[in-house]
Amino acid sequence: MLELPNDIRSIEHAVEYVMEHCAGCCAYARKLNLNFRIGLSEALSNAMLYGNERDPGKRVRVEVTIRDEEVTARVTDQGAGFDHETVPDPTLPGNLSKPGGRGIFLMRSLMDDVQFNEEGNSVTLVLRLEEGRSDLAGGASA
Amino acid sequence: MAFQVSKSGEVTVIDVEGQLIVGNRQELKQKVLEELEKGELRFVVDFSNTGYIDSSGLGVLVSLSKKIREQGGELRLASLNEDLRTLFELTKLDTLFKIADSREEALTGL
Repeated sequence: MLELPNDIRSIEHAVEYVMEHCAGCCAYARKLNLNFRIGLSEALSNAMLYGNERDPGKRVRVEVTIRDEEVTARVTDQGAGFDHETVPDPTLPGNLSKPGGRGIFLMRSLMDDVQFNEEGNSVTLVLRLEEGRSDLAGGASA
Repeated sequence: MAFQVSKSGEVTVIDVEGQLIVGNRQELKQKVLEELEKGELRFVVDFSNTGYIDSSGLGVLVSLSKKIREQGGELRLASLNEDLRTLFELTKLDTLFKIADSREEALTGL
């Protein structure tokens, strides 16, 4: 478990630290390097920028579980939560030229499962590593 | 240094070293806007040495492309590896940008 300051500069270091601990899953290096790295980065960005609303006094907790068949990350902020169902689809023509709004979309596209708690301030990401799945979740669903 | 700015004729080329992410997107934005203020209008962002891009990195490219177009210029992207190209395809941003396989191809006709 990691507890991070609410500082976006800490995201890169935290993600690198987690990725080093995932190094044992080397058979799935590419999937981890793209899907999990970006999924986790997006969850941390959302927690710091929107959940904790950039408040430097708040913190973000990261819990990572590595098993043979899957990697799970739970990211929890200290914000009031939000309704993830209301986030618009960034791939719709009217939204393509908007600079923001792709974080949750990327999490959902790149991870095998994304679950928010009822309060909306904690997200659990699951990446499955079993044989036979596509290297890139995006490649499988696109 | 995450971003190296150079010139190729009248085109400003920016090499992204490492990542383009929430923690450094403002640095890229500032560098491009400085060039735009100097009157530069043609830009290529080269991703030959880029590991990954997050949604904030994609967002800053969208924002810069819009600003450059408003000034009558153009921003092209070059040398995306397979993973980065997947990100652009997933988000459908491959339809918004001109993406070249190489820097040379991006510079052609710009």
